[in-house]
Amino acid sequence: MKKIFSRPESMSKKPFHYCPGCDHGVIHRLIAEVIDELEIKNRTIGVAPVGCSVFAYDYFDVDFNQAPHGRAPAVATGIKRVRPDSIVFTYQGDGDLAAIGTAEIIHAANRGENITAVFINNAIYGMTGGQMAPTSLIGMKTQTSPYGRDAATAGHPIHMCEMIATLESPVYVTRVTINNPANLMKTKKALLNAFTLQKEGKGFSFVEVVSTCPTNWGKKPTDAHKWLTENMLPVFKLGTFKDTQGVEKS
Amino acid sequence: MSKWVINENLCKGCGICIARCPLKILAFADHLTSKGVHPAAMTDEAKCTSCAICARSCPDVAIEIYKEEK
Repeated sequence: MKKIFSRPESMSKKPFHYCPGCDHGVIHRLIAEVIDELEIKNRTIGVAPVGCSVFAYDYFDVDFNQAPHGRAPAVATGIKRVRPDSIVFTYQGDGDLAAIGTAEIIHAANRGENITAVFINNAIYGMTGGQMAPTSLIGMKTQTSPYGRDAATAGHPIHMCEMIATLESPVYVTRVTINNPANLMKTKKALLNAFTLQKEGKGFSFVEVVSTCPTNWGKKPTDAHKWLTENMLPVFKLGTFKDTQGVEKS
Repeated sequence: MSKWVINENLCKGCGICIARCPLKILAFADHLTSKGVHPAAMTDEAKCTSCAICARSCPDVAIEIYKEEK
């Protein structure tokens, strides 16, 4: 019997603490596979955020740091500058990256730091119990918007990819999702492109993964992907917003 | 040795693999695991083509896939 699929080497044996059906697990696995494929396990340093994925350091068999709320890109900048040979990535949710850490991500992108930021956008705060995030949809009911998000008082969803793509320095800005097997493979390709660009020293890469939070959305895991497809994808349009090196064409 | 191997200690019974299997040959098992969930189980392994869509969709990386060598 030939092995077709098993746990990647860069992933630890520890079971995830995530809720059933949480997309974090799949995205963790895709990153670990990319690290394996590029053979950079020994020099990869991840930066974990605050949020559900705060324990990401337990699940990857690579060096890890854990930054205070939203500061992962700033910590990653420091690590990369002190150890330029390492491959540094941040893994952040929407509460971490798009709310409290907006300044850090924008300025790390604007400086063109040679790091990779992986942004998990599920339009809600997961760990703290389902509060409204900057990326929550208009009309979306959360703990802090029980009548639905009202644009008059809470503004509109922030589109991080579009914002970062307006800057000069980033080399690769893309938005992907894992709502079905085909998009899952595209997400893997996007992560591979981002890590390859960093390995080649090209500059800042940003991968936004539109994902689910079945628990705080109040949906079954299988229904959550359907809800994502119907409601989130029309607002957060998939695609590559910046690709200065033309990696997607080659 | 079977083509489809699940680590029941990792499975949280989310059902994503069952929904995505193109041949619809996965189902929840009757028994409960130590987590208190009905894990995914293979119902007809002879039909399985080792496409690994279930394993790649699994949020807990609980499934391993093997293929017969010709």
